[in-house]
Amino acid sequence: MTAVHPLSDTQDVGSTASGGGAVETHPVRRRRRRRLTGATLVPWFFLLPAFLLFLTFKFIPMAEGIRLSLFEVRPFLGDIFVGFANYARILGDERFRDAIWHTLVLAAGQTFGAMLIGFFLALLLEGHARSLWFVRSAVFLPVVAATAVIGEIWRLLYYPAPEGFVNTALSHIGLGPLEFIGSPDQALVSVMVVGIWKHAPYDMVLIIAGLVSIDRTQYEAAAIDGATTWQRIRHVTLPALRPVITILLTLAAIRGLRVFTEVYVLTGGGPAGSTDVWMTRVFTTAFEQSEIGIASAGSVMLFLITFLMTLVVQLYRRAREAR
Amino acid sequence: MSVAGRCDTALGWATDRDAWVSRGIRILLCAGALLFFTGPLLVIFSGAFDDNHDPTQLSVIPNSPSLNNFVVAGENKIWHYLFNSLVIAGGALLLQLLVSVFAAYALARKKFRGQAIALLTILTTMMLPEEVIAIPLSLVIGDLPLVHVSLKGTFLGVILPLGAWGFSIFVMTEFMKEIPLELEEAAKVDGAGELRVFAQIILPLCRPALGVIAVFGFNMIWEQYLLPLIVAADPSDYTLTVALLTLRSDDQVGPGIVLAGALLALVPSLLVYLSLQKSFLRGITTGAIKG
Repeated sequence: MTAVHPLSDTQDVGSTASGGGAVETHPVRRRRRRRLTGATLVPWFFLLPAFLLFLTFKFIPMAEGIRLSLFEVRPFLGDIFVGFANYARILGDERFRDAIWHTLVLAAGQTFGAMLIGFFLALLLEGHARSLWFVRSAVFLPVVAATAVIGEIWRLLYYPAPEGFVNTALSHIGLGPLEFIGSPDQALVSVMVVGIWKHAPYDMVLIIAGLVSIDRTQYEAAAIDGATTWQRIRHVTLPALRPVITILLTLAAIRGLRVFTEVYVLTGGGPAGSTDVWMTRVFTTAFEQSEIGIASAGSVMLFLITFLMTLVVQLYRRAREAR
Repeated sequence: MSVAGRCDTALGWATDRDAWVSRGIRILLCAGALLFFTGPLLVIFSGAFDDNHDPTQLSVIPNSPSLNNFVVAGENKIWHYLFNSLVIAGGALLLQLLVSVFAAYALARKKFRGQAIALLTILTTMMLPEEVIAIPLSLVIGDLPLVHVSLKGTFLGVILPLGAWGFSIFVMTEFMKEIPLELEEAAKVDGAGELRVFAQIILPLCRPALGVIAVFGFNMIWEQYLLPLIVAADPSDYTLTVALLTLRSDDQVGPGIVLAGALLALVPSLLVYLSLQKSFLRGITTGAIKG
């Protein structure tokens, strides 16, 4: 859920940035400002802790990552500059190409699945009643539980024998038994279901906030026009929810590309590499095969893709708002 | 059935007592949703207190209630891992709150040259989540620039990288902007210094926002997986969430013991959520919708 915020904050910054950029333009006053008096240093004093931490643990690692991605890293022997060879190795590596595919399928499935379930939950649980508030709070719990905890419990629930928990539940509706994360064909979908389970209630909260803000008179007008419930949802509710849904979809898609913990805890990328995503691949390359250069190239590629996606989404939203 | 009642919700759920069919359907669906979303968490509770070594015997109610799992989990150092997690969560959260409040004070209450660049820099960090920089970060933590100290296997190695978080800085900044400037000016006229204005005027007014960034910060820190994993020099440095995996891969350890560990990792997040629920939901809706 932490990933939700980058985009939303972009907007705030945009507005403040333009305000902050418009400092005094008068030449004389500007020159006077340039002297480092106590007053001009005060803001930087307050910003210092944050910037020191960001520099050490964000920007230096990023620069280091870009540098290492161009080297064959050999501890104690000295690194060899290899240009873009690491990137070429990744693009030529079948396991990385499979990982791209798995990542995209997982990200898309989780994003749309969570959105759909979240939407139905929101329709079901919208309202002021105390009992509904209670159900909403309870349903929200998967969002606050740590992913590692969720992974452990679902691993046990997915126990592949017919007596397993989920299989027992499925047998009541005449399905199964399934092997879930034990089978290369079912593992990716099983991971996806866990992701949907964790993220759908989050989407629900935002969609409910959207539903609440819809003007009731529009529903009344629709009722007077004799609209069916479906028509009302289709022509009143959904258009009103469009901004919320767009934000949720793009944020979830970007977050989905760097999925790691869910997969690492549930399957470790297996069985037979069937759930290996980009980040688990990078992790294995770095810490099990000790190919730091190649792993860094993989990280840089992930950064570029998420960065570009964020940028495109931002520009698109700015353009639409300007219109 | 009045028109107004049916326009209360998007689906037009009936609210009056006579519409028992509609109410019945809704109650059934709610029960289904409750079961699906809380069922797995209930299984953690019951499994942790159930003296059973068979993963096919999981249920929502313990078959043979006992505390045995926690005893065995204790022999597997579970309390030590919990201690690690709590120290890291406490330290990182405290640091995060301090850093955010400091930075937000400058960004919200001051006009200064380079403000736009400062904001842009913080924004950029939000596009550099742990996953993306994990590999070089593990090298930096092993050999800090300039001072050449290794933080591998220390609490600080996990705490410091989490100390500054763009999201809390921005939430705090937005909130601080709303505080009227007159309060501050009045204090300055009375001769209060910068730090005093900050600590005695601004900070006390920020309590609601502190709740929001505390609950989000705790969640973000407790959720960390990759970072404690790469900082650890030895399995005994693991946080509880990371240690669950080690616990599971031990053949001698049954599902009940893993679930006891999972329960201990679950309870703090539940407590924080339930006690600060309002802050949490407010943070989500304002944080995301505003964009």
